[in-house]
Amino acid sequence: MKRLMLGNEAIARGAYEAGVSVVSSYPGTPSTEITEYAAKYNEIYTEWAPNEKVAAEVAIGASIAGARSMSCMKHVGMNVMADPLFTVSYTGVNGGLVFCVADDPGMHSSQNEQDSRHYAKASKTMMLEPSDSAECKYFVKKAYELSEKFDTPVIIRLSTRVSHSQSLVEEEERENYLLKDYTKNIPKYVMMPGMARKRHVVVEDRIRALTAFAEDCEFNKIEMNSSKIGIIASGISYMYAKEALGDKSSYLKLGMVYPLPEKLILDFASKVEKVYVIEELDPIFEQHCRALGIDVIGKEVFSLLGEYTSEMIKKSVLGEAASQKIELDEEIPVRPPVMCAGCPHRGTFYVLKKLNLTVSGDIGCYTLGAAAPLSSLDTTICMGASVSAALGMAKARGRDFNKKLVSVIGDSTFIHSGITGLIDIVYNKGSNTVIILDNSITGMTGHQENPTTGYTIKGEPTKQVNLITLCKSIGVDRVVIADPFNLKEFERVVKEETEADEPSVIIAQRPCALLKSVKYTGNCVINDKCKKCKVCMKLGCPAISWNGENIKIDATQCNGCGLCINVCPFGAIEKVGEK
Amino acid sequence: MNKSIMIVGVGGQGTLLASRILGNVAISEGYDVKVSEVHGMSQRGGSVVTYVKYGEKVFSPIIDEGEADIILAFELLEAYRALPYLKKGGKIIVNTQRISPMPVIIGDKKYPENIEEKIKEKVDAVFVDALKAAEEAGNIKAVNVVLIGVMAKNTDAAYEKWIEVLKQTVPAKFLEVNLKAFDLGYNMF
Repeated sequence: MKRLMLGNEAIARGAYEAGVSVVSSYPGTPSTEITEYAAKYNEIYTEWAPNEKVAAEVAIGASIAGARSMSCMKHVGMNVMADPLFTVSYTGVNGGLVFCVADDPGMHSSQNEQDSRHYAKASKTMMLEPSDSAECKYFVKKAYELSEKFDTPVIIRLSTRVSHSQSLVEEEERENYLLKDYTKNIPKYVMMPGMARKRHVVVEDRIRALTAFAEDCEFNKIEMNSSKIGIIASGISYMYAKEALGDKSSYLKLGMVYPLPEKLILDFASKVEKVYVIEELDPIFEQHCRALGIDVIGKEVFSLLGEYTSEMIKKSVLGEAASQKIELDEEIPVRPPVMCAGCPHRGTFYVLKKLNLTVSGDIGCYTLGAAAPLSSLDTTICMGASVSAALGMAKARGRDFNKKLVSVIGDSTFIHSGITGLIDIVYNKGSNTVIILDNSITGMTGHQENPTTGYTIKGEPTKQVNLITLCKSIGVDRVVIADPFNLKEFERVVKEETEADEPSVIIAQRPCALLKSVKYTGNCVINDKCKKCKVCMKLGCPAISWNGENIKIDATQCNGCGLCINVCPFGAIEKVGEK
Repeated sequence: MNKSIMIVGVGGQGTLLASRILGNVAISEGYDVKVSEVHGMSQRGGSVVTYVKYGEKVFSPIIDEGEADIILAFELLEAYRALPYLKKGGKIIVNTQRISPMPVIIGDKKYPENIEEKIKEKVDAVFVDALKAAEEAGNIKAVNVVLIGVMAKNTDAAYEKWIEVLKQTVPAKFLEVNLKAFDLGYNMF
């Protein structure tokens, strides 16, 4: 029976059916659900690793040991795991090895919109790109066969719209995959110069073999309709083009996006009058076509930025006007994402803003601390950078600047790559203050366990990394826990720690308000003591608003966390309906 | 002919459940179906948009402007924002609940006035106080199921089909409330 599946679920299903037995990943939108769905299969050992590099290495080890394995990440996660990627390309695999990377054109939930196809080319590995959920499952299963056949890791490239769209998938049985024999093989798996030089020859031979394979593989298909227009596209762009143009054009659908075929593309181009290359983000197919001497239409018409739509393809290729649409007569206020009602980070940022500190930020829900009215963050670059970049700031501008500077980083992000920055601070005699926002979960990606929560992805209790002993053991003597909802105490601690001439860590401890274990009850209401000073509105709580005359707390939004009660100087907010 | 339904609301309102129920009803009718949603950052109280498309063969999971047959809006401002997506002759179902976005909360922008009238002037629209109906059903969180009920009346699928899918999708302990909420929506117009 066919059923609706997210692209990400279909990837996990494909891994299951291919007999995969080890999956290790770090969460990252839009890739997270692949690993969450994989964890539902008892036959698959699944884990959240501390970061993408570790995750990829676990998968590599499992492959060398003879299992079919997988590691999944978002596009920026591939930057973190690029180091092992480039070398496992040299060693090749034993059991099939697949990396899934989900790009985010349009940056629904990311800090950049890099095109991960560059990594396939740079690391000389095979890359496949499915365009719906059925292909997600099928391509993954095929990827394992090809990984073993060509002795290469295979990268499956996804995008937000493929990962987070549901379409119909037929479930099949799991293959009874037996572990490949493990035999010690130094020339293949020990990459030191003498061995690696020989493996590089193998890699170049493999790319030639894969290129030949790309010429007539099932993933690259020509669909001939009109001889006037030909479209070259892959993934979701192919679907947009089909929707827009139907049988008014012919298509070369590329399911294998690296290495690219040559003869097949030349053949297709010779059959049509005009060739359009439709690819979101970078002109990778386009440049390949141009290198083959084909005069294609690409980025001069289609943007390098953001997502495409069928409408814009129709307009650019057929010159047809878009559907008639309703015009609005006024500008509508945007509705940006905000920290949830009851979010523990709100207390932290309220205090940091009040103290007018420079805040070196990081990647997580707390990145929203940059939004008005808190407007608290100064920088956000990548996972872990809050800690190391703050050391750079302090070294550049000196002691006085450092006394008004803090880093903020989530518990999971700290383990991911904040700890190395903190070691740098200790080792190189920094005196920065790092605030670890410990909300007991990985929040932004939708509540994943991590090494500090004490549970595995399967919900089993495990050893918990203790942030206090961790920080102390690397030489941070000042480690203090503070509750960000106890505003006075939190402010005192921040002042004291930033004043100290040595490294310090403040663990801002309060669980995410969306956790089931968090039971705020009742809701807050304004009473007649309100002087309309609006200090509560500085919290940026989505439940508190000003209607032009009064401050109101929306009962459907308020979860009764009570932070606004702590901030009101007149006792004008009280809680009702508390259980 | 493919059918395109767009569901809009504010992160946390339960729009995803609505799109999944609708998708499953379309499957049981024998259609090809695509449902598109966005997770992550945009769910944190931001505008949330999901698309459900069904028909003989669906390619793109996305609905472009001017292409939606029905828009199901969980919040008034989001209904207004989504209007350009409505097809000529399409219908919009609007929950009259208002949730102020942050630029309004902090006084940077105003929540537009008389949105109901402005929508009515332009398109075929029905307005629903789903919050009140959900309260009547016994749980204010059932707003989404009330709205699904209203929408169900506007599709070709039979009542029984909706109930069947609802039973498969909703946790057993909330089923009674949700069935009541669905009926309140279904019988509203």
